[in-house]
Amino acid sequence: MRALVFALYVFLYAPIALVVLFSFNSGRNASELVGFSTQWYGRALSNPFLMDALETSLIVAFTSASLAAIFGTMAAIGLERLGQRTRAVFDGLLSAAIVVPGVVIGIATLVALVELFSFLNPAIAAVWPGTDPPKLGLGYGSIVAAHGLFTMALVTMIVRARLASLGRDIVEASSDLYATPLTTFREIVLPQISPSIAAGFLLAFTFSFDDFIIAFFVAGSKTTLPIYVFASIRRGITPEINAIATIVLVASLVLIVMARFLTREKKLKSGDQVQKA
Amino acid sequence: MAVSAENKRRLVTAALVGPAAVWLFTFLVLPFTAVVIFAFGERAPEGGYQPAFTLAQFANLGARSAAFANTLTLAPIGALACLLIAYPVAYYLAIKADQKYRMFLISLIVIPFWTSMLVRTYAWMYLLGARGIPHLLELAGIGDVRLLNTPGAVLLGIVYGYLPLMILPIYVSLEKLDRRLLDASADLGASPLSTFFGVTLPLSLPGVMTGVSLVTILLLGEYLIPQLLGGGKVFFIGNALVDLFLQSRNWPFGSAIAVTLVVVVVAVLLVAMRIAWRVSGTRQVDLI
Repeated sequence: MRALVFALYVFLYAPIALVVLFSFNSGRNASELVGFSTQWYGRALSNPFLMDALETSLIVAFTSASLAAIFGTMAAIGLERLGQRTRAVFDGLLSAAIVVPGVVIGIATLVALVELFSFLNPAIAAVWPGTDPPKLGLGYGSIVAAHGLFTMALVTMIVRARLASLGRDIVEASSDLYATPLTTFREIVLPQISPSIAAGFLLAFTFSFDDFIIAFFVAGSKTTLPIYVFASIRRGITPEINAIATIVLVASLVLIVMARFLTREKKLKSGDQVQKA
Repeated sequence: MAVSAENKRRLVTAALVGPAAVWLFTFLVLPFTAVVIFAFGERAPEGGYQPAFTLAQFANLGARSAAFANTLTLAPIGALACLLIAYPVAYYLAIKADQKYRMFLISLIVIPFWTSMLVRTYAWMYLLGARGIPHLLELAGIGDVRLLNTPGAVLLGIVYGYLPLMILPIYVSLEKLDRRLLDASADLGASPLSTFFGVTLPLSLPGVMTGVSLVTILLLGEYLIPQLLGGGKVFFIGNALVDLFLQSRNWPFGSAIAVTLVVVVVAVLLVAMRIAWRVSGTRQVDLI
């Protein structure tokens, strides 16, 4: 059984390792190593289309993860105060945001936005005082909106799990000591849930940064990094793609390790507080 | 007039939940309603949608039967293949492995799942492509083999991509298992094999259910793996949808397929929850 587990690790990591290894190949040939070189990284980083796509991805991931972290946390706190029936409806919608396949989320957002724009744009043009009315279209906004949907559901679930494990007694003790609800929130609740919020933000960022299929539908003329990588793969495999793939891997790895570290530190902290008490 | 305490509380709750509710409504409920309406419409001559009320799109689902057949066979087969590999691994990690390294070993399994699926699938495209494994086989004199763009390649990609997601829930349910039950079973004279089938396996079934349903549901909407490793020959419903919306611009037909896909996903989820309920005797099963 030990051998099986070892074989599994090889299976999981060997393909990734090969891509990383060949990204440092000095030759153009994809099947033989000629020598060590970082030239493909140089080429990738000086490719303006790639840098443009990277910038779009970073903006989208940062915006949607930030909105998701703020609204998701607010929702997680608010949900505790809702009546059972309203909460059940909300829960259903949150699960749907995660369970409904990305390809359907992408399509639905595209269809709805295109219809909405074809109705709104003439309306705006009709009432616009100047000669050049603004035209709504697909782009940053639509990707952020569609990504924000499932990342917000994700953050809500993570923060809610943390809130549920938070003892009610400590909150009650705080209000018994005449702290206002806001003070209780700031001094007691927020410090305890903030690592979960940060972990939720990082996971949301990673998901948004990695997402291909939803962005593929709603990006309009914008290109995100996964869309760029996908398009280049279809044009043919080059060592430059190995370099880009390695950069993408390292970036998502760093974020994941950070998120894991934050959720782990949370346990240490709550342990500390128990000891201090 | 002062706001009463009860009203104030309601106001605060609404302010907290409001933005999320608006988001869910605007970018989930409304768009999905639009897709359902579109599914009963007709394709406009220039592409896109024109209003109608017809079941023609649903009646036409057979036109994409290959995509449905591929998805509905390869998704469960893929999930089953993941399960067969995942169970012994999860068992080893949760029961046999040294406790000191357990967290590290499980992290090593989970990390690939969180990294880019696009890149990990691409890695196999690279390996299975003409310059990868087939090239080596040719050098070894085994001859000309084609690996890429076959159902086998898609299945391999599925197992590779989703294995970590199968291992994790099974590991969690095995890890929670009370070791004293295993000792008790041995004390009562049960062989290791009958302890496994009588105690360990039944108690780990909730984890198995979670893993199988999670992986199946995600696979039903898969696009990247069939696209990159199946090369347009082994396509899934997801690939058909991209084709219909972005290439042939037949929105009503695409919408009908999207609605059907969601119905299938929900059906799988409900069946899984029902089985999970029966298996564990509780409704409280985390499928997500």
